[in-house]
Amino acid sequence: MDLRDGPEEAIFRAELRAWLEANVPAGLRVFRGWSGPALALGREWSKRLGEAGYVGLTWPKEYGGAGRPWRYQAVYLEELARAEAPQHLGVIGLGMAGPTIIAHGRPDQKARYLAKILSAEEIWCQGFSEPGAGSDLASVRTRVELVGDRFMVNGQKVWSSYAHVADRCILLGRSATAGEKHEGLTYLIVDMKSQGVEVRPLRQITGEAEFNEIFFTDVAVPKENLLGEVGGGWRVAMTTLSHERGTFGFALAGALDVAVRKLVALAHERAAADPLVRDRVAREWIELQALRYTNYRALARLERTGVPGPEGSVAKLRWSEANQRLTKLAIEIIGQEAQVAEGDGAPAYWRYQQLRSRGNTTEAGTSEILRNIIAERVLGLPRSR
Amino acid sequence: MDFSFSPEQDQLRAQARSFLEKRFPPARLAEIATSKDGWDRTSWPELARLGWTGASIPEAQGGAGLGFVEEAIVFEELGRALYAGPYFSTVGLSLPSLACAPDLLARVASGALTATLASPAANASGPAVAGRRDGDRWLLRGEAALVPDAGWVDAFVVQVRGPDGIGLYLVERHDARPKIRVLDTVDGTRRLGHVTFEDDGARLLAAPPAAGKIIAATRRRALAALALEAVGIASHALMLGVEHAKSREQFGRPIGAYQAVSHKLADTYVELELARSLAYWAAWCIAEDDGEAERAAIAAKAYAAEAAVAACERAIQVFGGMGFTWDHPLHRYYKRSLWIESFDRSGAAHRAEIAQAVLGG
Repeated sequence: MDLRDGPEEAIFRAELRAWLEANVPAGLRVFRGWSGPALALGREWSKRLGEAGYVGLTWPKEYGGAGRPWRYQAVYLEELARAEAPQHLGVIGLGMAGPTIIAHGRPDQKARYLAKILSAEEIWCQGFSEPGAGSDLASVRTRVELVGDRFMVNGQKVWSSYAHVADRCILLGRSATAGEKHEGLTYLIVDMKSQGVEVRPLRQITGEAEFNEIFFTDVAVPKENLLGEVGGGWRVAMTTLSHERGTFGFALAGALDVAVRKLVALAHERAAADPLVRDRVAREWIELQALRYTNYRALARLERTGVPGPEGSVAKLRWSEANQRLTKLAIEIIGQEAQVAEGDGAPAYWRYQQLRSRGNTTEAGTSEILRNIIAERVLGLPRSR
Repeated sequence: MDFSFSPEQDQLRAQARSFLEKRFPPARLAEIATSKDGWDRTSWPELARLGWTGASIPEAQGGAGLGFVEEAIVFEELGRALYAGPYFSTVGLSLPSLACAPDLLARVASGALTATLASPAANASGPAVAGRRDGDRWLLRGEAALVPDAGWVDAFVVQVRGPDGIGLYLVERHDARPKIRVLDTVDGTRRLGHVTFEDDGARLLAAPPAAGKIIAATRRRALAALALEAVGIASHALMLGVEHAKSREQFGRPIGAYQAVSHKLADTYVELELARSLAYWAAWCIAEDDGEAERAAIAAKAYAAEAAVAACERAIQVFGGMGFTWDHPLHRYYKRSLWIESFDRSGAAHRAEIAQAVLGG
């Protein structure tokens, strides 16, 4: 047990920290999601991250990655959050589509897609959720039919982040309606420039539009874009979802670290003598340490076994609730001034963060589903009703 | 960075768990908690033989020469088994003071000496102990309240207020006769006592200001040790709740299939894992004498104690009426968790210390 950086990690961290100080574009320093002017800067920023060697840190060397242990990805995410730098625009490709292609793809698919994910030439989005299939993902209804040498795709996806900039989409659709619903699913790679693909941004309660609806109308997808087998999509999708929460906890704890630091500064300035505020700030500080060291435990397990443990669900669940409490506390401290949306000072910052936090307990697995996962897969309780 | 236990540490945990499961099965809990002594005295030489009493004591004094991370593993497992005996009092509360004298350490390692800490009341008007010199030794007079395991131990480490601050003294029962009144304590497996010293002979362990450092280190160890015990207790309460939710059927299904039940248990698991992370962090900081040790220990104790109390309360709810009965073992875990929560300061007071550190005055 050693909670300090080893010598090589310390060098990596110091170099990255200096690099971030010099390289985060001014226009992305106050980041409010990938919409508006940020978007134009996003590709350039992502390419720069790749050129500096900070992309694909844990990908195998044979696929263009750095082949480093997971701890480097953890340091990367911590430092990125610490610098308040935005993520790479291609996180879906890097964290989900890429690892899924590495696990299930044919050699020609690996050759065709992986390098361009790393170079940020191609940005990916995820077409899983549907209006009628959210938490119950196996109920997706988007039709995938093999007609001759291509699949015809018809249906609607929703909550797709990055779809408005994406070049490609990992899509889970239904190829059979009879039998078990998990067994009729097929996993495709869809070119977002195909005819019949329409992306409609969804405006969030913050006013920004970070995610989208995607409509597929008679979209022709070449047969070679099949990932896995026809009817074998569920297993492939599970690979994608297991990667969703791999080292993600580090990004979350990193973001929470920044939020707690800002909260401490705000409380110090405006409510330092209020014992109730002091108690709530202390609670969030403790929660942050708890999440941070839970991540380190998860990392140790990941490095030993190669498989993310249940700590990922724990981190997501508690981070989302902490972020909601913390941002609410901030707007309480500020008072009615936080009801003013204009300007770019502390009140506007916290107003945005507080509204944005309401999405935290639903995006990337609702808190209810995460509790089900813990109850069923970790505690071994019977499937819930 | 590597937040995992070594194979040797994993082995220590496995040894501890298997020993305690055999030696102290849940069926014995009621018998021990309601016995006159309140613990199984024959267990102490066994703990010493296993190397637990001397885990962090140097090899020169007959210890294992390990550190607080190894002791942390023992604390967690003792908590899980709700062990009744002066391990917390001796290793958690007394060892830093006893370390002033190698002969005392050797006796702890061999199992020949158990001890506890008699500290002055938090409020200055409460009970206190005064000391005066008598040739080459000291005589102590005064009272110490709420002393853990007071009825069981061979010796008392006594904090004595003097003109220059607090000093640390040792009163051994074989050459002094302090009056001890064991109090009827809610947790019968860790009874509190009231100790009265009437010119009892004592040995000076540390004078101020050195004693101040030992007292601070003792507090860190004690808070971390109780955080680890709390983790053991919470994990046992969770296990009991989960087993019951799997087997108890109502409306034709195991009650664990209902989210009103399963989500409660999931919350216990989540809080347990966060408490575990804080407790292991604190343990590592103490073992390494890291600058964060004090904050880590305070945060871990505040969080883990509340998590253990909540784990027991949820388990009692999951068990329904049965969880509320004297015959069911759950209340014994619950009572230990309340004991831990009450130790040193409340969670709110600990958080006030954290706020002081991060927000300033």
